[in-house]
Amino acid sequence: MRNAKSPMSWSCWSSVSSWSSRVPRATLRWSKRAVVVAVAVVALGMAPARAAEPGADPVPIAVSPGALTFDQPNQARQLTIHNRAGAPVTVRAARLVSMGDPDFSVDLVANRLIAADGTLSLKAAYTPRVAARRQSFAAIELEVQPPGQTATQMVTVALRGGEELDLLSWLIFAPLLGLPLLWLWPRGREEGLRWLALAVTAVPLALAAKLLYEFDPGFTRVQGNFGYQFVQHLVWIRAFNVEYHVGVDGLSIGLVALTALISMIAVVASWSIPTTRNLRGYFAMLLLLETGMLGVFVALDLFLFYVFWELVLVPMFFLIGLWGGPRREYAALKFFLYTLLGSVLILLAVIALYYASAPTTLVDGSAAAHTLDIPRLVYIDDFSKHPALLGLKFAHLIWVLLFVGFAIKVPVVPLHTWLPDAHVEAPTAVSVILASILLKMGTYGMLRIAWAILPEATRWAATAVAVLGAISVVYGAFCALGQTDLKRLVAYSSISHLGYCLLGMAALTPIAMSGAVYQMISHGVVSAMLFLLVGVLYDRTHERGLDAFGGVATVMPRYAIMFALAFLASLGLPGLSGFIGELMALLGSFGKFRVSTIVAALGLVLGAAYNLAAIRRVQLGALPERWRGVLTGHDLTAREWVSLVPLAVLTVALGLYPSPLLDAARVGVADLLTRMGLPSTGLGGGL
Amino acid sequence: MLGNAASLGPFAFELVLAAGIFVVLGVGLLARAGSRRVALGLTVVTLAGATVALLGTAAPQARGLFGGLLARDAFGDFFKLLAAVAGVLVALASIASEEVLDHRDGDRDAAEYGALLLAVVMGAGLMASATDLLTATLSIELVSILSYVLAAFSRRSSRSAEAGLKYVIYGGVATGTMLYGFSLLYGLAGSTDLAAAGRAATHAPVMVGGTALALVMAGLGFKLAVVPFHTWCPDVYEGAPTPIAALFSIVPKAAGFALAYRFFLGAGAGLDGVDAGLPQPTSAALAAVAVATMTFGNLAALAQQNVKRLLAYSSIAHAGNLLLVFVAAPGAAVPALLTYLGIYLFMNLAAFLAVVALVREGVGETLDDFAGLGRRAPVPALCLTIALISLAGLPPLAGFPAKYAVIAAVIARGAAGGGALFFVLALVAVLNTVVSLGYYARVARVMYFGAGHPHAQVIRLAPLHTVLLLVTTIPTVLLGVYLAPLSSLAARSAQLWPGR
Repeated sequence: MRNAKSPMSWSCWSSVSSWSSRVPRATLRWSKRAVVVAVAVVALGMAPARAAEPGADPVPIAVSPGALTFDQPNQARQLTIHNRAGAPVTVRAARLVSMGDPDFSVDLVANRLIAADGTLSLKAAYTPRVAARRQSFAAIELEVQPPGQTATQMVTVALRGGEELDLLSWLIFAPLLGLPLLWLWPRGREEGLRWLALAVTAVPLALAAKLLYEFDPGFTRVQGNFGYQFVQHLVWIRAFNVEYHVGVDGLSIGLVALTALISMIAVVASWSIPTTRNLRGYFAMLLLLETGMLGVFVALDLFLFYVFWELVLVPMFFLIGLWGGPRREYAALKFFLYTLLGSVLILLAVIALYYASAPTTLVDGSAAAHTLDIPRLVYIDDFSKHPALLGLKFAHLIWVLLFVGFAIKVPVVPLHTWLPDAHVEAPTAVSVILASILLKMGTYGMLRIAWAILPEATRWAATAVAVLGAISVVYGAFCALGQTDLKRLVAYSSISHLGYCLLGMAALTPIAMSGAVYQMISHGVVSAMLFLLVGVLYDRTHERGLDAFGGVATVMPRYAIMFALAFLASLGLPGLSGFIGELMALLGSFGKFRVSTIVAALGLVLGAAYNLAAIRRVQLGALPERWRGVLTGHDLTAREWVSLVPLAVLTVALGLYPSPLLDAARVGVADLLTRMGLPSTGLGGGL
Repeated sequence: MLGNAASLGPFAFELVLAAGIFVVLGVGLLARAGSRRVALGLTVVTLAGATVALLGTAAPQARGLFGGLLARDAFGDFFKLLAAVAGVLVALASIASEEVLDHRDGDRDAAEYGALLLAVVMGAGLMASATDLLTATLSIELVSILSYVLAAFSRRSSRSAEAGLKYVIYGGVATGTMLYGFSLLYGLAGSTDLAAAGRAATHAPVMVGGTALALVMAGLGFKLAVVPFHTWCPDVYEGAPTPIAALFSIVPKAAGFALAYRFFLGAGAGLDGVDAGLPQPTSAALAAVAVATMTFGNLAALAQQNVKRLLAYSSIAHAGNLLLVFVAAPGAAVPALLTYLGIYLFMNLAAFLAVVALVREGVGETLDDFAGLGRRAPVPALCLTIALISLAGLPPLAGFPAKYAVIAAVIARGAAGGGALFFVLALVAVLNTVVSLGYYARVARVMYFGAGHPHAQVIRLAPLHTVLLLVTTIPTVLLGVYLAPLSSLAARSAQLWPGR
C-alpha cells in the first residue's frame, strides 16, 4: 500500500495516492499501459500526418516562409520566392489583400521574371497605424504565370502582425481544464466539489471581466479584422478546410460576459443539491456545458460554431434527466431530439454554404477550394446569385433551413413545445442556464449567421419573422396567463420576451436591432433571477403551484422585494432593463411592421397581467397555514443573496444606464446593417 | 502488372497470415492447458507481423499482382490495416470472454479460433484487393464460410448454432446468386476484370445491365447487410458470441465496401475528377438502397430490446450511410469512405467490447439488464455511452467528422451540378441521425436513469477488457478533435489500381 504520509504530502497528492490505492493494482497497471498504448497509437498516427500532404495542383514556385508573423511593430521580414520549374517564371503581380485598412506594406512588383532555379525576394513590413487594432491579418497574393501558359495561378502568403491574443481560448477551455480536477477530487469529500466548481467557473468570469475592460466599443469593420477583436486564427482540420477562428465584437461581448456570470451563479444555485446525488457528474456536465456556450458566442468558423452548438446537447440531456423533476426523462429526451432536429438542419445549411463559397486561402496561406469562415462568407461571398434549388432561390432555401434550426432553439412558436417541459423538469441551476443562455444562442445564431451571410434572404423573409415574433409574444403571454405552475409561467414568459427580440431583428433598423440585442442580455439577467426566485420557494416548500401560495411577503419580506423586482423587470417596467429592450424593439419596428408591432405591444398588457398576477398570488393575500412554519424565519440565505444581488444590480443598472451596453450593441449592429446595405445610423423605422 | 513470382513480395501480408494460420494450428496441437493465451497471443503477434510486412512492402505506385487478379495499392492497404487492427482487438477481447472460449473447452478451441480469425482477416484483405471476378468470388466465399463457422462457434449455445445455420443458408443463396450475376457480367464485359465488369454493367442497356447488377447486389448487399439483403444480420449478431459479432460488424463490412467500390467506381480515373461517377440509373438505384437501408435500420432499432440486436440494426443503418458515398462526388468519395470506416472501427468496437465486457461479468443482453449500469459499472457504461453518442454522430466525438465527411461528399455532388436530389439525400441522412439518437439515447437513458437492482454489486471488469475499452474509446474522443492523422491517411489511400 502506498504511504500517504510522505514529507511533500499536499492533501491533493495524498488523496490521489489514497484513491489509487483503492483501485486494484492490476487495473491500475493495465490502465497505465492502455493510456501509453493509446498515446502511442495516436503518436504513430501523427507520423504519417507529418509525412507528405496530398499535393494540390503543383505550382512551379515555392514560397518560404508560407506565412509571416510579426510580433514587434516596425518589423520587416523577407519573403523568398524560389523558381522550382525548369524554365523562367513570371510573377505578374504581388498584391496586399486585407479586410479593412492594412497595417502592412509590401514591395509591390509587376511582371518580374525569375530565372530557372532562381529566387526573388520581397520585403514585407508591419507598421501599425491604428492603435486600437492590436492584431492585424492580411495576405500577399502573388499572381504567377507558369512557363508556357497564359493562365496565371495564385499563391498566397499569410501575414499576421501584432499580439498573439489567446484570451478567448483560455476563456472557452478553462471549464474543460477543470474537468480532470473534478475527477481527481478525493472520494468522501464531496462538499469540496462545490467550492472546486465555484473556483473553476470563477476563472472564465475573471477572464470575461478582463475582456470587457480591454474591449474597444468603437472598433468597427473599417478598422480591420472584419470588426472582431481578440482574434485567434489557426488551421484546425485541413481536410475539411476548417479553421479555429474565434473573436468577439459588439454582438457577442455582452453574451460572453453574461454566460460567464450566469454559469458561476448557477454553481451557487446548485449548492442545495445533496452530495449523495453524484455531484461529480453534475459539475462535470455543468462545466462541459459552459465550454459549449462560451464557444458558440465566440466561434467565427461554421464548423467550430456547430461543434460548440452541439456540445451543449449531451450535458443538458444528462443534467435534466438525472437531476431533474418527476418527468425528467421525458423532458430530457424531448429536448434532445427536438433540438438535434434543429441542429442537423443547420448542419445541412452549413455544408451547403461551404460548397457554394468561393475559393480562398486559409490563415496559414494554403489554398482552399471553399471556406467555412464566417467573416469571409459574410463579406466576400454573395449567395444571392446562386442557381435555384427545389423551386426556391438557393439563398432562400438555406436561410429557411438555418432559421428553422435556430428557431427551435429560441424557441419560436410553433416550435416551442420542448421548452416548458425542459424548464419545469430541470433543476433550478439548469433552468437558469437554459433560459438565460441557451435560448440566446438561437437568436445570436440567427444574427451572426443567417442575417449576416444571407442578407437578401433575410429581407425576403423579414415579414414572416416579424409575424412569428408577434405571435410568439402574444401566444407566450396568453399561455403564461393560464398557468398554475410558477416555473411553467416563467417558461412561457421567456417565449414571449424573445418574441420581442425576433420582432426587432426582423425590422432591420438600427434602433430595433440594438433593442433586440439589448433585450437578449436583459432577458438573460431577468429570467435567471426569476428561476432563482422560484427555486428559493421550491427549496423550502417543494411546491410551485400558484394556488398553493399567498401572503409570502408577510413572512419573507426580503424575498418579496426581490420577487417583485424580478417580475416587474419581466413586465418591462421603466427603470429596469426589460423596458429598454422592448421599447427599442417596438419603436424600431413600428415603421416597417405596423400590425405586428401593435399586436406585440398588446403583449405588453398581457405581460403586465401575468407578472402582476404572479406577484399578487404568491406575495399578497393570506398565507396558507401549512407554510407558516416552513417559511417564517427562513428568508433569503446568504448564498441566495449572493446569487440574486448581482443580477438585481445588473437589472437596475442596465435599466437606468443602458449606454455602455447599447453602444457596443449599436456598433455590432451597424456593421451588420451596412453589410446588408441598409442604413446603419439614424432612427430608422419611419419615425 | 506483376507476374506470379514478382507478386510474392507485395503479397507479404497474406503470406504472413497464411504462415501464421499453420503455426497457430500447430501450436494448438502441441500445447497443453493455459494455451488460450498462447494461441491468441500468437494470433496477435501474427497480425502485428503481417502489418509490419504490409507497411514494409508498400510502394508509391499501385501495382497489379498475379497477372491482374489482385491489386496492391494504398486503397487496399488501408483496408488490410483496418482488418488487422480489428483482428487484434477482437482476439484480445476473446481471451477473457467466456462466450467464445468457455472455461471447459476454451483452451482446446483457442487455436482453431485464432486460426479462423487470421483466415478471416486474410480473406478480408483479399476482398479489399480483389480486381478480378474470380478472386472476388474466392475472397467473398472465404470470408463468408469462415464467418458461418465463427457464428456457430459457441458449441453449447443453441442460439449460436441457429445463427450459424441462418447465416449459411442465407449466405449460400446470396453468393450463388452473385455468381450467376458475375457470369452475366463476364458475358457483358468479355473479361473477368472487376472494374471492367462493373463499368460494363453500369453502362449497358438497363434490362441486361440492371439484371446483372441486381444479381450481383444480392451478394454484395448480403456482405454489406443492406436492405433488402439484411435479414440475416440481427439474428446472426444476436446469436453469435459477442466478440465475433464485433468482428462481423467491421471486418467483412469494410472489405465488402472496398470490393463494392472497386466494382462500381474502380474503373474510372474518377479520383482526378474527370469521371463523373456512376451513370444515372445505377446512381439512383444505389441512392434508393442507401435511403431504404438507413431508414429501415434506424426505425427497426427503435423497437429493439436486446442490445446486440440494437447494435446490429445500428450497423445496418451505418452501412446505409456509407452507401451514400457511392453516389457522392468522385473526388471526395474515397477519403470520406475511408475516414468513416476508420472512425467506425473504433466507435463500433468500443460499443461491442463494452457489451463483451459486461456480458462476461454476468450482465444480460437485454436493455432491462442494463438498467442502472451507470452506477454499478461506471467505466464500461461511460465508454458505451461515448461510443453510442459517437455512433449517433454528435460532436465533439469522432462520429461527427465521419458523418460530416459523407454528407459533405453528397452535397458536393449536388453543388457541382448534380441537382436537388442530392440535397434531398443529405436531408434524409441528417434526419436519420435524429431518429438514430432515439435508440442510442435510450441505451444511455436505461443505464443512467434506470433504477436497476437495489442490492446489485459493483461490477469489476477484467483488466484486459478495461484496457481494450480505453484503447477503443480514447481514439473515439481524440479523433473528434484531432482528425489530421486519419484524414491524411485517408487522403493518401485514395489510390486504386485501375485494372487490366
